[in-house]
Amino acid sequence: MSDTTETGPVISADGVPLKKSLRRALRRQKLRALGLIAPLLIFVLIAFVAPILDMLFRSVENQIVSNTLPATVEALQDWDENSGVAPDEPVYKALYFDMFLAAEAKRHTRLGSRLNYEKTGLSSLFRSSGRRVDDLGDDYADAFEDIDPRLTEAGFWFSLMSGEGEKNEDPVASSRRRLSGVADSWLFGEVGFAPSQEITQLLPETTRAYSEFAVFTALVDEDVVAEEDPWEAVYVALALDLANADLSSYSGPGIETLRMAQENLGNLPIVPFKDFFEDIDDDWVDPEYWQTIAVFSPSYTSGYFLNSVDLQKTADGIEVRPENQRIYMMLFQRTMFMSLMITGSCILLGYPVAWILANLPMRTANLLMILVLLPFWTSLLVRTSAWKVMLQQQGVINDTLVWLGLVDDASRLVMINNQFGTIVAMTHILLPFMILPLYSVMQTIPPSYLRAAKSLGATNWTAFWRVYFPQSVPGIGAGSILVFILSIGYYITPEIVGGTTGVFISNRIAYHISSSLNWGLAAALGTILLAVVLILYWAYDKIVGIDNVKLG
Amino acid sequence: MKMTKTLLATTALSVAAGAASAQDMADEMTIVSWGGAYQESQVKAYVEPYIANNPDVSVTWDESSAEAVAKLRAQNEAGNLTWDLVDVTAADAMRLCDEGLAMEVDHDEILAPAPDGTPASEDFGDMIVSDCFIPQIAYSYTFGYRTDVDAWNGNTPDEICDVFDLETFPGKRSLEQRPHNNMEWALMCDGVPQEDVYDVLETPEGQDRALAKLDTIKDEVVWWTSGADTPQLLADKEVVFGSTYNGRLFSLIEEQDQPVAMMWDAQSYDLDGWIIPEGLEEDKLARVLDFLYFATDTQRLADQAKYISYGPARQSSAPLVGEHAELGIDMAPHMPTNPENASNAFVMNYVWWADYRDDLDSKFQSWLAR
Repeated sequence: MSDTTETGPVISADGVPLKKSLRRALRRQKLRALGLIAPLLIFVLIAFVAPILDMLFRSVENQIVSNTLPATVEALQDWDENSGVAPDEPVYKALYFDMFLAAEAKRHTRLGSRLNYEKTGLSSLFRSSGRRVDDLGDDYADAFEDIDPRLTEAGFWFSLMSGEGEKNEDPVASSRRRLSGVADSWLFGEVGFAPSQEITQLLPETTRAYSEFAVFTALVDEDVVAEEDPWEAVYVALALDLANADLSSYSGPGIETLRMAQENLGNLPIVPFKDFFEDIDDDWVDPEYWQTIAVFSPSYTSGYFLNSVDLQKTADGIEVRPENQRIYMMLFQRTMFMSLMITGSCILLGYPVAWILANLPMRTANLLMILVLLPFWTSLLVRTSAWKVMLQQQGVINDTLVWLGLVDDASRLVMINNQFGTIVAMTHILLPFMILPLYSVMQTIPPSYLRAAKSLGATNWTAFWRVYFPQSVPGIGAGSILVFILSIGYYITPEIVGGTTGVFISNRIAYHISSSLNWGLAAALGTILLAVVLILYWAYDKIVGIDNVKLG
Repeated sequence: MKMTKTLLATTALSVAAGAASAQDMADEMTIVSWGGAYQESQVKAYVEPYIANNPDVSVTWDESSAEAVAKLRAQNEAGNLTWDLVDVTAADAMRLCDEGLAMEVDHDEILAPAPDGTPASEDFGDMIVSDCFIPQIAYSYTFGYRTDVDAWNGNTPDEICDVFDLETFPGKRSLEQRPHNNMEWALMCDGVPQEDVYDVLETPEGQDRALAKLDTIKDEVVWWTSGADTPQLLADKEVVFGSTYNGRLFSLIEEQDQPVAMMWDAQSYDLDGWIIPEGLEEDKLARVLDFLYFATDTQRLADQAKYISYGPARQSSAPLVGEHAELGIDMAPHMPTNPENASNAFVMNYVWWADYRDDLDSKFQSWLAR
């Protein structure tokens, strides 16, 4: 044996080098271990990590503007936000077609509510405009019908737009992309329509408008394109095209009708798009509203984050919000301050309790431990409501004080619906999270140390402060981290007993999630809260060292 | 699901064409409502009678109306619709309609006409505030006050401005923790005529004026967030005055016999009704429409008033409102729509609030925190 080991690599029993064999065995072991935790890992990824990432993404996501008004956003590039005048005709033309499509897909009001977070009034502006946007096309359609009734027939339009000869698939493909953006999900399926190459060149606007109509009819309404009357917007587009189309060389189906329409173009009630929108609402020619649309047109925005620190995004850059609208910085500060107060009172109340628990004989300690755990197992709502009964002005504590004569009946103490109420109730609720780690750390401190200190001449206080306390610090650290991080995101208790001055940032987040529906802002506030917790954890690790934290 | 559908389809084919329509309806319905006394009134007035007529149908209740908009949005994003019919306030119905989460309906087509043949859209009239909204009841935000306050020296409040009068009517008041109604009441008591309230509130000066008026009682206000708060606070003597839904005050006064009275002046009307979520499967939709036709007819809406003091949304139901099912008292005087109570009522402007809620809310919250 000794002569083989020195010459070549060590070979295992089956002839494979030992090193390789060992590595293989280790890898197998690792895979098996991974397989064991896989269910948990997958569960955590799907149920915890993915939703959080999705929520974080919402805090910057802003695709709704460019998805719903793509052409308008593009046309707005040429407009100077600080010019102080409303944009020109091309923007309104783009807006008309964008708005028409959005109204058909019933997405314009959703965009309105989104933009209303930034500028009051945009919600109703979009809602009322969506209702009125058909009117323009109706007038055009009536005029075309007077010229030739065939111009309002579904079948005629289908053959006119299909044309003859080589087909062009591009308009339908781009309409599909466009509508999928508006509908926020990809539209699959067969459209059953494609314009000819010639008609695309001859009537570009009409082709685009009709393709959008065709895609929507076939894929959203699930109707047959050739049997449906075209949208009002198609007539508007036709009027635009006929004004500068050269029909002389075209010979496809419907050309006579087209020529007749072109000759009678003067009969159409043509109005500039800008006037049309001004007629719907004066706000459409107000540059301030356009500034908001322009500022929030990129697909990603820092707007939510700015809002959550009391700033706002305007055409002139980032500005501080007016003083009477600032709220979040104050709430963040209050959340931090009150969480610190709660952590502090938990240490003050929990330390002696944990000390007694750790120094009593096992039997009595266990009995007392149940007293600590019992409220811990009681429903959170029950405990909070109990505090309400205790603390309110006609409550148990006030009644007792009045009965004892310590407090006058007319000047009962206000102990609820303020910061005091929140701190008292939350200290009670979070106390077990302080006592348990403290207790488990204190149990490991041998009582003989204290006796030794005293036998060496230390007073009670010195023995405690110089010998016992330093050894219990890891317990304080663990308890503080637990209590602080739990309280910073607490929601129910402040909501019930906090009134207006004792609520936390989490109550605002809940408000934006369930009531105002401003999920972007809620996500931004949540992200900031998460970042604050991580920074504090990091700072704690640097200062105290996370290795010194003992949970038991 | 697909399996049942195929089964249903085959059974439908095998029976006569007339019976097929009943076969195409789902047998399960998930209805979302507010819980408590209100949901109970719905159960008694039309869900139980409906099930008696259609024994195969089972109804599941979800008490999530307060978060209906947020939850429907989440269900829509996840592509997993679990609700069939949702009870919401008019303002929420409008938002759901705006977001494309509620189905637009033709009221005359899906709802029963009045007994005299008046089409539904006329019978409901102005109550149809949105194309998606099928009204059920009119309720109001109004004030209740304790009748045993010694410090008031026998005075009883009878107009809205008494809420702001701390000298004659000292004591704590409870107001809802949101700008709606409070801003309107404050302006009315600051000398703005009712019809101009929203015009004034549109301007920053008007908003400051409303908040300044609220400032005069701010120290004496307990702010509520849930409809059960004010009745509880009044019963506990925590407040002497408080705003809440009129139905909650009715049950506090008449059912629990507390020394509390109603002050109807300047009550603010609001509406509550059904919406059908957008994107229901066909068989479920058929069931929901069948149920709605029954549940919103003249008699059923009048029946609901036997159990709760909210006014039926149909004009034709008003004459049919009778006595409380258990207490046996005449319900008409307790309706917010009763002429005597409605002399100075106003209707909260939903459209206006849809625009201004974000702006005013941040001002209001910032004011509260100061």
